[in-house]
Amino acid sequence: MPSIQEFPFGAYVVEAAFLGETAAFALGDGTVRLADGAEAKSAAVHSGAILAATATREGKLLTGGDDGRVALTDAGGAAYTIAERPRKWIDLVAAGPNGAVAFASGRQAFVKLADGRERTFDHERAVGGLAFAPKGLRLAVARYGGVTLWWAGTEAKPVSLDWQGAHIAATFSPDGRYLITVMQENALHGWRLADGKDMQMSGYPAKPRSLSWSAKGRFLASSGANAAILWPFHFKDGPMGRQPTQLGAREVLVTRVACHPREDVVAVGYQDGMVMAVRLADAEEAVMRRSGDGAVSALAWDDGGRHLAFGTEEGAAGLVDLAARS
Amino acid sequence: MAETQIPVTVLTGYLGSGKTTLLNRILTENHGKKYAVVVNEFGEIGIDNELIVESDEEVFEMNNGCVCCTVRGDLIRVVEGLMKRPGGFDGILVETTGLADPAPVAQTFFMDDDVRAKAKLDAVVAIADAKHLVQRLADSREAEEQIGFADVILVNKTDLVTSEELAEVEERIRAINPGALIHRTERCAIPLSNVLDRGAFDLDRILTLDPAFLDGHDHDHDHDHDHDHDHDHHHPDHHDTTIGSVALAAGALEPQRFFPWIQEITQQFGPDILRLKGILAFKDDPERYVVQGVHMIIEGDHQRAWKEGEERTSRLVFIGRKLDAGVLRAGFEACVA
Repeated sequence: MPSIQEFPFGAYVVEAAFLGETAAFALGDGTVRLADGAEAKSAAVHSGAILAATATREGKLLTGGDDGRVALTDAGGAAYTIAERPRKWIDLVAAGPNGAVAFASGRQAFVKLADGRERTFDHERAVGGLAFAPKGLRLAVARYGGVTLWWAGTEAKPVSLDWQGAHIAATFSPDGRYLITVMQENALHGWRLADGKDMQMSGYPAKPRSLSWSAKGRFLASSGANAAILWPFHFKDGPMGRQPTQLGAREVLVTRVACHPREDVVAVGYQDGMVMAVRLADAEEAVMRRSGDGAVSALAWDDGGRHLAFGTEEGAAGLVDLAARS
Repeated sequence: MAETQIPVTVLTGYLGSGKTTLLNRILTENHGKKYAVVVNEFGEIGIDNELIVESDEEVFEMNNGCVCCTVRGDLIRVVEGLMKRPGGFDGILVETTGLADPAPVAQTFFMDDDVRAKAKLDAVVAIADAKHLVQRLADSREAEEQIGFADVILVNKTDLVTSEELAEVEERIRAINPGALIHRTERCAIPLSNVLDRGAFDLDRILTLDPAFLDGHDHDHDHDHDHDHDHDHHHPDHHDTTIGSVALAAGALEPQRFFPWIQEITQQFGPDILRLKGILAFKDDPERYVVQGVHMIIEGDHQRAWKEGEERTSRLVFIGRKLDAGVLRAGFEACVA
């Protein structure tokens, strides 16, 4: 087992992320905890629960809370509010290029640009997921019946990608060629953006809520089964007509996945709290963390792929150092 | 995991029946418990309480070819969000709009596995305006469905009607849903334990659901039923009421016959079945089996061991439209071991 620094936070870990070299954890008690030597320091960011969090491209933690606020916290623990929607729950956030952030509540999605300009995107049905394209100010809004693609910086007309059912999360492939959504019906749906061709990836026993692209976008790893399910995207037609690779199979549901940023390795978090790292080439497994303390609810690698941060629903968290063996 | 599921109470009722009054009471009364309340509009909720969540109704049709398989997408998210808060909750209350079909709310707690792992449907509580219910039943399909769906019904504003009017309202309710627990209230004044966290209590009532029960063995109040009920007839004396119930009773059942039968019945008649509830005795099974359903969705589980001396009978109640009592009874009786 690699060495682990444990943080018994005692509150639901909503997200883990690295702000530069600092591991950050967004918690259900409204705080952001930042690993700092042997301890973790606490920044009180939201007055209620943090409902969603993600690292921005500038190395800050973007959070949305049930106090109606959207905030940014830096690696030093300084936090400030960038938007407020009193009495609304901000349960979706996304970080875009040049400091742009998106957030959503109910049927409205909002984009706030670095210069302070704000735009509102109204939808007929509730926003289920937000994702920025890897390049350009393009925002995908997953919703009931498909996805709406907005140009966040201009008044250009949105593009609608339609597929029956409720879409509850979205992600672009790193090369921007594909848009994938999570569906309420325990499946993934995808569109090849060049020609709008549909892809269906089904057969999950649970909702594949956690998605992660492998290094260079060769595979899309997903949770929602008793193994990490990896769909190949390095073929000309993407995953169409191909079988996925299953890694880290156990008798326990996979709740989170996070691909290593450089190597073809995926970190897999399970419903019982165990975390494994599995190599794609030969399915070799290494236990990163024993089971316990509830389902794994957050997993993140640092940029160098040397540290892995994890957190669970019952408030356990930690930092795995792969270089230091114990 | 079952012990940690948070009980969910669904509150239905036509506009003006008194839902907001009850919600305000639950939020302000000193009961020492922590309830999260999901409302459609903050509207007249008199207090600013961080545990009130406003939510737009988002009905999702499930992409499985079944027209009645609908869930409330917003509720799935609200439950997920509430689970992130520290300390947990003693219960979650969901208010529905006066015109809402209660089915998607109830089905959310059966159909969405993530929600099911965290929360369970405890009871559907309908608030009926004693003065206006009879008229509402005549002109509104939703009002009738709300009564049909309920486990607990508060007949509210009893101070505005005569005892004869009250008796008629309760008779009409019984005609639609004989198993529901009825409470008479003024301004929704009722001990909250009669509404919240009912557990298996309300389900157990179906054990007493037979003609004797309908003839006045209910200890809750003392109204008279003077017309003769057959426990599975369709109450033809109310032409403008289309929802009725069928209550079935038998001895121990053969599970190999019962499960295929209930599947077939719910597939065939699901759109017309609002709810079904049963406590069943299976042959050679030392435990009571509890089954409940909404439209085509059914779920069941062992509840507890049969007690010594407890009569091992199977009871099953259907509430719905156009139910064919003969077909249901014949099918049920064919499952007897």
